[in-house]
Amino acid sequence: MDFLRPASWEEALAAKAEHPTAVPIAGGTDVMVEINFDHRRPEYLLDLNRVELLRDWEAGEENVRLGASVTYTQIMEQLRAELPGLALASHTVASPQIRNRGGVGGNLGTASPAGDAHPALLAAGAEVEVESVRGSRFIPIDEFYTGVKRNALQPDELIKTVHIKKADGPQQYSKVGTRNAMVIAVCAFGLALHPETRTVRTGIGSAAPTPVRAKEAEEFLNAALEEGGFWDNGKIITPSIAKQFADLASAACNPIDDVRGTARYRRHAVGIMARRTLGWTWEQYRSTGATLEGAA
Amino acid sequence: MRVNFTVNGRPQEADDVWEGESLLYVLRERMGLPGSKNACEQGECGSCTVRLDGVPVCSCLVAAGQVEGREVVTVEGLAEYAQQRAEGHQGGGCATGACGTSLDQAKRWEARPADSQTGEGVELAPIQKAFIDAGAVQCGFCTPGLLVAADELLERNADPSDQDIREALSGNLCRCTGYEKILDAVRLAAARQGEAV
Ligand SMILES: Cc1cc2nc3c(=O)[nH]c(=O)nc-3n(C[C@H](O)[C@H](O)[C@H](O)COP(=O)(O)OP(=O)(O)OC[C@H]3O[C@@H](n4cnc5c(N)ncnc54)[C@H](O)[C@@H]3O)c2cc1C
Repeated sequence: MDFLRPASWEEALAAKAEHPTAVPIAGGTDVMVEINFDHRRPEYLLDLNRVELLRDWEAGEENVRLGASVTYTQIMEQLRAELPGLALASHTVASPQIRNRGGVGGNLGTASPAGDAHPALLAAGAEVEVESVRGSRFIPIDEFYTGVKRNALQPDELIKTVHIKKADGPQQYSKVGTRNAMVIAVCAFGLALHPETRTVRTGIGSAAPTPVRAKEAEEFLNAALEEGGFWDNGKIITPSIAKQFADLASAACNPIDDVRGTARYRRHAVGIMARRTLGWTWEQYRSTGATLEGAA
Repeated sequence: MRVNFTVNGRPQEADDVWEGESLLYVLRERMGLPGSKNACEQGECGSCTVRLDGVPVCSCLVAAGQVEGREVVTVEGLAEYAQQRAEGHQGGGCATGACGTSLDQAKRWEARPADSQTGEGVELAPIQKAFIDAGAVQCGFCTPGLLVAADELLERNADPSDQDIREALSGNLCRCTGYEKILDAVRLAAARQGEAV
């Protein structure tokens, strides 16, 4: 094994071009587990810790530019107002020690269907900026996940920045697990209200081969909210609309039975979380117009 | 490969490090510092918790090569670290190399509560004293990680709520105590810290 220690982004891209099989390591909270248990013996480890650009974030007019290695702890502490859904999701990841090291770049790199950043990114709306010595490209988050633990990266590419839409309304994140800390999601649900465009976006975790949006549920809800004038009159969403939304969210799942839960349970729980997160965010919207900070 | 980094305030060098090796392995097997415990090797138990540039991390999930040029504090250096913090030089580098805890001292470090009665010799960090006084140590395997995590909590939050304590220690498993005495110990250390101000 070789340990590559690029000091800059350019050096990192050059190293990845020269050794496309090199495994990037950021927080190491996925990579080191695999190495410790001998599940992986890469020829090269490519350490990204010295690449400062990956540790920076910046809030612009419309988007937050989140460096791939910004940690969950930083997101929770510093980006709660701009990215409430992702901040809530970050808070559910593992434990302080893991959140101090791990970040969204690594979550995207692993692309596990259970990764907690994904539903929040899908709901907020995001693009992943990836780069290689050949140039850079922006991958819409909906196209980033290509299969179970597979993503759209080419072998010579690295994730540089995640461009996430700044919240223009309330966002929530809900996760089912056996306790509050150190739990891989049995299933999870992220929801973001976008009052500016009068749309609702969603993200489902751990209930399909990849993280997915509940698109039909979104379309149904967008139409129902428009029709009923809900965005203007701020009325409580009727139980029948909420139920239909929940049923469609359940239907968007394509889950499996595994040690953490059955497919049937996951479908059921996703429906419940869809209804609840809609209720929470809509309550926030109604009471304040647009409260940006997530609850809890 | 060779890795140069600071351990408990002193510059150290580790040789013949395998590229896939963890910081935990380097500390225990190459530097002779077995305070950080090796249990789950997957970040679940927190018994290998150390400070990396001040931040609590699971040393089993940090690749040794990633600590080049950085600062690590282990439980063996915690007493000295806490003392320096109390004296106000925390984080300030050490040009002479005389501060911090040498490898040799660290290897011989033992918690000897008897000494805290006579006031002789070995120093304990306030959080270590509190763990002993509150009876928060049973088999002791989780203790080093808990001490490092709890000490960091009290450094950034002098008056933590029970919720803050639970959250800060949520990455550290203990299979003996049921946690109540550990919570007592952290509350005790916080209260003593408050009295001292
Ligand atoms: C005890 C424990 C509990 C956990 N709990 C959770 C949880 O609750 N929720 C959750 O979502 N995850 C959890 N995880 C998994 C892990 O912490 C996350 O996936 C985390 O986001 C990984 O980030 P990292 O920086 O540590 O990634 P690393 O381990 O460094 O890398 C992960 C993958 O991404 C690749 N990669 C990293 N950076 C880049 C980049 N810039 N460009 C291209 N590829 C890159 C790596 O090559 C690797 O394939 C847990 C892990 C542990 C050990």
